[in-house]
Amino acid sequence: MAEPARARPKPTPETQHFWDGTAAGELRLQRCDACANVYFPPRPFCPSCASRKVSIFKASGKGTLYSYVINHRPAAPGFTPPYAIAVVELEEGPRMMSNIVDCPQTPEALELDMKLEVAFEKLDDKITLPLFRPAKG
Amino acid sequence: MRRNAVAVVGAAETTELGVIPDMSQIQLHADAALNAIADAGLKLSDIDGIATAVETPQQIAHYLGIKPTWVDGTSVGGCSFMLHVRHAAAAIEAGLCKTVLITHAESGKSMIGKLPRSTPPDSLNGQFESPFGVYGPPSMFPIPVLRYMKTHGITHEQIAMVAVVQREWAAKNPRAMMKAPITVADVLNSKMIAYPFRILQCCLVTDGGGALILTSADRARDFPNKPVYILGTGESVETPMVSQMETFDSSRAFRTAGPLAFREAGIAHKDVDHLMIYDAFAHLPLYGLGDLGFMPHEETGKFIADGNTRPGGKLPLNTNGGGLSYMHSGMYGMYALQESVRQMRGIAPAQVPGAKISVCHGVGGMFAASGTIIFTNEK
Repeated sequence: MAEPARARPKPTPETQHFWDGTAAGELRLQRCDACANVYFPPRPFCPSCASRKVSIFKASGKGTLYSYVINHRPAAPGFTPPYAIAVVELEEGPRMMSNIVDCPQTPEALELDMKLEVAFEKLDDKITLPLFRPAKG
Repeated sequence: MRRNAVAVVGAAETTELGVIPDMSQIQLHADAALNAIADAGLKLSDIDGIATAVETPQQIAHYLGIKPTWVDGTSVGGCSFMLHVRHAAAAIEAGLCKTVLITHAESGKSMIGKLPRSTPPDSLNGQFESPFGVYGPPSMFPIPVLRYMKTHGITHEQIAMVAVVQREWAAKNPRAMMKAPITVADVLNSKMIAYPFRILQCCLVTDGGGALILTSADRARDFPNKPVYILGTGESVETPMVSQMETFDSSRAFRTAGPLAFREAGIAHKDVDHLMIYDAFAHLPLYGLGDLGFMPHEETGKFIADGNTRPGGKLPLNTNGGGLSYMHSGMYGMYALQESVRQMRGIAPAQVPGAKISVCHGVGGMFAASGTIIFTNEK
């Protein structure tokens, strides 16, 4: 029997561009054409000024570690504890939940404000998750 | 809303609290409701307004045989009942109904007749949080706390003291689930759940319920128990996604709802005799003390560690033992309200002598929502 898999996101019309982006190796955010607000999660209007004129752009993929827990129990399906559930503050401003890879899952290794860069993990042909790893250099 | 225009005239918890394997969730609602109706000396037919959360008002009204003309199904998590109190007070003042029953119950431990909670994979939570391994409140609610600690200079030992002090209060409450004394070392050596939180910093998982009955202050004098007046109220919501909070060093929903209630009540923080801050996890009383304006966030950890909130301290906090030690069926706000009412009636097991004003602050979801009710026993 196959191991239970991690929860798989199901895109909606409003979020499809984000998931198309990760599958293409891009972290895509949205910027309001009227007030320049950069926001996440995706929606076809600006949550700051309500303008429907918004643009999708490729983010730098750089960020810093804003906060996290290291989950021990209960573990989500598809995860081997202990594993960190992190919130990353992106260089462009928005924050997003993610996991930190290529890094020990310990308080000593996971320092708040450490520099991170996006690392894409392909789940299947349609879904690639944006994870983060310690920035090189 | 006018101060003291509406009062709590009936209040009760389920006959049993803790592990109740012989009762379904809807029967727990009914058990609490019937106890509250008896406490108020009313008949079911006297109730013309009903509010509840998770279960729908129609389920509870039908099961109890109530024919309401006002309903509120606001369901924003564990503080829903604070919002129900606020909405009911406004409705009674507006003349939409006369006598409101608010019920909560949850078969949180035994899981009998409990609706499953699920996150659809195409919801925003399902797309942008679930894939990263969040799995129940212990993996989500503590996510902001490391940032809070770094910003405000709070230590692990200070947060551990929240659990230690609340256990001291629980020891005075015969109905509390956990009464044995604990130390900071016990907390910091208990089983790791989601770093930095260990099991003694996470709420209990129990069965139980509670119910309140509200009516106008003019009618409240005719009831068997001392009326407990609604002095001030506040509410707000922020986001269902903990990752999308404006900031982790404060809760926007807290700092909206709390000050609204204080302004409406027309009181200062020094006037508060008794305080309840919904403690699903040990960091919440710190957020509450700061966001409600009792003190700067930087001082909250030291304030608790120095013993100011323990029995005999200057600001008695979570005097039933809280969600950490009293009980937590899943939506604890109702039990915080029950303890505030007991304190205002002067009948709490750990009664604060002469308490006249009680502030009861709730959280819903993972900082998703908030409600604050300020009670008084003086009109």
